[in-house]
Amino acid sequence: MTDLLAARLQMAVSLAFHIVFAVVGIGMPVLMILAERRWHQTGDRMFLELAHRWAKGTAILFAVGAVSGTVLSFELGLLWPRFMERAGAIIGMPFSLEGFAFFTEAIFLGVYLYGWNRVSPRAHLAAGGLVAVSGGLSGIFVVIANAWMNAPTGFDLVDGRPVNIDPIAAMLNPAAFAQTLHMTLAAYAATGFIVAGIHALHLLPDPRSAFHRRALAVALLVGAPAALVQPLSGDLCGRVVARRQPAKLAAMEGQFRTEVGAPLRIGGWPDERAGETHYAIEIPKGLSLLAFHDPGATVKGLDAFPRRDWPPVAVVHVAFQVMVGLGSVMALVGAWALALMACGRDLTTHRWLLRALVVAAPMGFLCTEAGWIVTEVGRQPWVIYEVLRTADAVTPMPGLVVPFTIFTLLYCFLGLIVAWLLYRHVLKSPAAAAEEMPVGARSREGV
Amino acid sequence: MTHSLTLPDVLAGLIVVALNGYVLLGGADFGGGVWDLLASGPRRDRQRALIAEAIGPIWEANHVWLIIVIVLLFTCFPPAFAELSITLHIPLTLMLIGIVLRGSAFTFRAYHDGDGATQLRWGRVFAIASSVTPVLLGVCVGALASGAVPREGKTGFTAVFVAPWLTPFCLGAGALTLALFAFLAAVYLTVEAREVALQEDFRRRALGAALAVFAAAAGTLAAALRGAPLTARGLTAMPWALPLHVATGTAAVAAIGALWARRYGLARLTAGAQVSLIVWGWALALYPYIVPPTLTIAGAAAPEVTLTLVLWAVAGGALALFPSLVYLFRIFKRS
Repeated sequence: MTDLLAARLQMAVSLAFHIVFAVVGIGMPVLMILAERRWHQTGDRMFLELAHRWAKGTAILFAVGAVSGTVLSFELGLLWPRFMERAGAIIGMPFSLEGFAFFTEAIFLGVYLYGWNRVSPRAHLAAGGLVAVSGGLSGIFVVIANAWMNAPTGFDLVDGRPVNIDPIAAMLNPAAFAQTLHMTLAAYAATGFIVAGIHALHLLPDPRSAFHRRALAVALLVGAPAALVQPLSGDLCGRVVARRQPAKLAAMEGQFRTEVGAPLRIGGWPDERAGETHYAIEIPKGLSLLAFHDPGATVKGLDAFPRRDWPPVAVVHVAFQVMVGLGSVMALVGAWALALMACGRDLTTHRWLLRALVVAAPMGFLCTEAGWIVTEVGRQPWVIYEVLRTADAVTPMPGLVVPFTIFTLLYCFLGLIVAWLLYRHVLKSPAAAAEEMPVGARSREGV
Repeated sequence: MTHSLTLPDVLAGLIVVALNGYVLLGGADFGGGVWDLLASGPRRDRQRALIAEAIGPIWEANHVWLIIVIVLLFTCFPPAFAELSITLHIPLTLMLIGIVLRGSAFTFRAYHDGDGATQLRWGRVFAIASSVTPVLLGVCVGALASGAVPREGKTGFTAVFVAPWLTPFCLGAGALTLALFAFLAAVYLTVEAREVALQEDFRRRALGAALAVFAAAAGTLAAALRGAPLTARGLTAMPWALPLHVATGTAAVAAIGALWARRYGLARLTAGAQVSLIVWGWALALYPYIVPPTLTIAGAAAPEVTLTLVLWAVAGGALALFPSLVYLFRIFKRS
């Protein structure tokens, strides 16, 4: 394994691991405060129990998210020092803002998790609200920095060096709005669906459980609308990619030849050697229509780019198909649930909906991972699109397979532990939910 | 040394402020882990419970100071960040593993109720990671101070990636960092403890740690004379050196005196002052360099527009964060 490949894999593993916790860190606080607010409004203590449980899950996930995020901020330099040397002054600004947003999040999460009995109910709810807002902002700032790597603006390149730096213009890069919207919605959809799926699983054998019915309703309130509008923000992202990164679009779609009125390919396997995508279902003019909103538009194929500027086509295409496919299922299930809720129906009597929710539970996370593979692998061979090659950014440190192996093993191990703890604390049905009331008093003890 | 303060100087100063915050708050959380590892006597379990209770609500916020240090460094001084990340790849990676294990294990222990043996095992991981991580942080800080980070004229893996930080001076700096963090934690815990016996436990530990700090500082200074001439000169020959040493020494003596007299609030104040003065002494000894002996603060600085924006961001952030931090500590900490 070359050092470059090891560095890329270590970055990929670190991002893939962290994004799960980041997504939950954005979504869960919203669920927590919705449940707590319902408790304030109705006095129904089941909502309080729900807030407690979700807070426990959030505490475990936030801790792992905080430390794995720290690893990433160091890895920017440990793996890609030449990238940071050039990009730091241009795009450090959103990272700095993220630092402050994350600070706010950590402070008020401390107040929220340990302050049940120490601050007034209103202050407690407000602390949760601040966690939700600053968590969302943290994500937005980091994604702005990533969007800049796709659509670098805010500087001029003279002799390979950035000059005339404008950090504000860099933050307002053309990919920023679409990407941040897409990722924020993804976080709410993924969190809402996993929680909804878990409670749907409990409701299948026990449809009258008041606890799980309430949980399902709150989770769907967050997840379903996000999943429903996500295809629209995806369309926005796709059109930015079509304009700014045609090679990435070509890889996503398995489009090898430049074509007028290009078809949309569903599924299929791109064969880089043959320069063809096999076994795909083709919808005539579909891609031109989607990417440029014009059935006669010309879509650049990979043949428009020198071979050394191609991203790995198969990986990007398959990841994109997975994201769009599963995302569409989520949008449909979300629409189904929302329609029933709008008609005032009892969701628990629709067993097929519950089953669909169980099946869709992990899809948001799979979509998120697949989407990041599309955007990151699709940007290759560039770390800053058409400015700096990934190969030129990597550290001269040899033997990178060693840290890659260590972090992979460490993250696998932590992932297993987290899964087991969540199973014990959050997923298991609260047999004695009502008796288990003074959770706040216990969780405050720390140990 | 007579020129006025420049914008890069101000931002470098802000990075030191953030590092100071990390040492005083995050450092004490690591120190708590050290005392978890060394918990002993009839009140062993209660010592551990007190540490966990003291750290629980605040460690994540305290940890963010480190993130602030890093983002300010790579935004305002990108070449310095790149150089440090390359040369110190190994100790920084080990430090990160320590950070990950410390935070995760602390949380896992807190939520692993019902199974004492597993909980104990996570406690062990938390405690060991807490004790190792500060040493690595100190090693990195020491390597920077010793002027060994730049790679010019070096060839070979050992010369570039190992020799700069595997020195007696760096290990001394690591030991000093560990001793300082343990000292801070023990002093803070005397204030946190609500029963006299526990207070006495941590008072004894704080006094022991103060001795360890003294020994490690003396050893590091001796190693500095050989291994880090630049720092040694900064720490001995500069016009501010003597007043700084006098102030640090006064704070150290005052902290020990306050502990002796069981005036724990005063001990916390003076111990914090002592540790802060050490951080600033280190920073001043580097000045005007950021990565001595090649990269100066002015030479590594990002363009003015970036620095100005970051300064505004820090000002805005501080305005929002300072009251929030005060709020957090007023809820969970005894004054």
